Amino acid sequence: MTAEFTFTDVRLVDPAADRDEVTNVTVAGGIVTATDRSSAGLRIDCAGLVLAPGLVDLHVHLREPGREDAETVASGTAAAAMGGFTAVCPMANTDPVTDHAGVVEQVLRLAREAGHCEVFPVGAVTRGLAGEELAEMGAMAALGVRCFSDDGMPVRSAQVMRRALEYAKTWDAIICNHAEEPTLTGGAEMNEGQLSTLLGLAGWPREAEEIMIARDLLLAHGLNARLHVPHVSTAGSVALLRQAKLRGTRVTAEAAPHHFTLTEELVRTYDPVYRVNPPLRTRSDVEAVRAGLADGTLDAIATDHAPHPPEQKDQEWSQAPNGMLGLETALALTLTELVGDEDAGSVLSMKQAIAALSTNPARSRDIGGHGGPVEPGAPANLVLFDPAARWTVDDRALQSRSRNTPYAGMQLRGRVIHTLLRGRFTVRDGALAPRDAAEADRMQSRDAGEADGLQSRDAGEADGLQSLDAVEVTP
Amino acid sequence: MINDLLAISDLDAAQIGRILDTADGLKDIALRPIKKVPVLRGRTVCNLFYEDSTRTRISFELAAKRLSADVINFSAKGSSVSKGESLKDTALTLQAMGVDAIVIRHSASGAPQQLTRWVDAKVLNAGDGWHQHPTQALLDLYTIRDRFGRLEGLRVAIIGDVFHSRVARSLVQGLTTMGAEVTLVGPPTLLPPGVDSWGVTVSHDVDEVLGEIDVCYLLRVQQERMDEQFFPSSREYARIWGIDRDRLARLPQGAIVMHPGPMNRGVEISADAADAPNSVIVEQVSNGIAVRMSCLYLMLGAEQRADGGFL
Repeated sequence: MTAEFTFTDVRLVDPAADRDEVTNVTVAGGIVTATDRSSAGLRIDCAGLVLAPGLVDLHVHLREPGREDAETVASGTAAAAMGGFTAVCPMANTDPVTDHAGVVEQVLRLAREAGHCEVFPVGAVTRGLAGEELAEMGAMAALGVRCFSDDGMPVRSAQVMRRALEYAKTWDAIICNHAEEPTLTGGAEMNEGQLSTLLGLAGWPREAEEIMIARDLLLAHGLNARLHVPHVSTAGSVALLRQAKLRGTRVTAEAAPHHFTLTEELVRTYDPVYRVNPPLRTRSDVEAVRAGLADGTLDAIATDHAPHPPEQKDQEWSQAPNGMLGLETALALTLTELVGDEDAGSVLSMKQAIAALSTNPARSRDIGGHGGPVEPGAPANLVLFDPAARWTVDDRALQSRSRNTPYAGMQLRGRVIHTLLRGRFTVRDGALAPRDAAEADRMQSRDAGEADGLQSRDAGEADGLQSLDAVEVTP
Repeated sequence: MINDLLAISDLDAAQIGRILDTADGLKDIALRPIKKVPVLRGRTVCNLFYEDSTRTRISFELAAKRLSADVINFSAKGSSVSKGESLKDTALTLQAMGVDAIVIRHSASGAPQQLTRWVDAKVLNAGDGWHQHPTQALLDLYTIRDRFGRLEGLRVAIIGDVFHSRVARSLVQGLTTMGAEVTLVGPPTLLPPGVDSWGVTVSHDVDEVLGEIDVCYLLRVQQERMDEQFFPSSREYARIWGIDRDRLARLPQGAIVMHPGPMNRGVEISADAADAPNSVIVEQVSNGIAVRMSCLYLMLGAEQRADGGFL
């Protein structure tokens, strides 16, 4: 059992309980035991800090099995924990493809062994992501898979998509379709427009995304089936989703941090770190995605964390693969770019930001135990962060095995201090807490009847949380 | 004077003027019995060609040799590239060997710009993807100026597949920088998105344009574009946008016909037009050597002669 401790004077932001207030939160035995002004066990002074339900990422690529040179389940979930995540949903484009129960079991086991973060694997819609024959969803659903996607590859046949949406209703499961009409994007390298023409790169027209989303919305609506739309990148897509939600279509949607922070202007460098699919778009698209997050048209912020080893990205633009890292920067980007200065007006309130990063994604995928509410009896899946701490992204200091982040060298605001998975510290004082040490702590605390070696900051003792102050300093 | 030459937009009107003036002085070397001057002696130029090219590679090789530079030719075939070596590693190798300039042709847009991150050598773009082909534009500007004595105020129609053409992108920038008036002509499918922002006129009707131009510049139309449904057939293309004998006759007195080569005779240009007395297509080729000599000289040799002379 983990010991008992209380985050005191913490700003609890818990959208599921509609709370944003300064209070105490006590954790014992892996669960939340109190969220009022009481305290028990070790006191951790959290004045000025935010405690929220652990973040949930609907869209990551952990690359294992198959591309362990880019990422492993262990390294990817370590990156997730560092970013404040307690649950991530790895996509099915592994090798072999996650189109059968065996790979689901493997990924679940690897994540359990690593212990950094819970994973909820996404199963493939079709065998081999080929878009032709349905994968055996039932076997995967039996292991808890709630969402199926051929992410990276669109389900091009409307008939196969319709069957998948309908068949998945057996489990009230969700189909997530990579929104790209492939006949419009052959060889596409960046957003289509004036800039693609100037740079001589093949354009990825926005209509390719919008046509696919429109088709899928109509199919899902007709069947009353559950659809999830990944990485929404255009103003037109946001408008289609807004309309569908008004109409009552059972749809949820996500936006990636790079689509609300970066524009195609960066492609002028021809640095493939900016190559991603769907591509970086224009300022007006960024504004529309932000508005979609603000009004709830877009439910979730999901990273589309897509690691690629340096030798793959250090190539000609036309040959480099699509994708960017996201897990270790998503919270800070959201705080820096969307929450900003809360008093001076911002795109999202803190509560909305946490809803988009935790509560909404957990609910949209039926992930229990995550996303709040943070209330007595709930598993202690939590993140504590300093919303004001500034830090500089160092691409060589990430937990990910790859370093293809477009934010290297940028100063961001908002830093994770602790991440707790079922009451256990996966990140402590901004550093990955190895499971062995955590277990050793547990052993020690059992022997000593002491709290995890965590020292109260007030007491000023020389380890554990004493370094909290240091976190606020930019390294 | 010039550091890297990646795109025509890197140059202002004065720089373009200087390159063309310098080419003027260098052109006569080709007429001498010994076609060589020692201005780049001891300098090494590497021709790094990742894409097949005959005329551009030979033109650069001749240009460098006439300036007495040592020339290394590196083509993707038969090099370590076919063993899977990356552009970055090839660049680092050339850097380690101490070459002074790299002339690069690559099918990937932006590859020359990426190369500048890895080497100290000066980089000269000899054509990258659909992006830029600056020396082609310079030799075209040279050829036009040679004929008309000026560029400002001239009316130039560029006809054909602008969408996939690095020549068109470069030439339009060069012409507009020098004050010429440009009209792009072709089917809407072959005019790229955002072309309205280029400061040019756009037309889909060749016949409407022909009577009021000084330069009729034709772009190569590749067979595979037909397979991709940019237009239905080469026959229809030739009929609507090709320059044949009848259209040639409608050009104003003194107007010239240009083509960057290689030509598809019978598609964008008929044999009558290609071989007409007012066609300067062959001059473009010979001027290409002088213009490339000029670029190499201004990149590698100019700083060594304080008096500005080079011969």
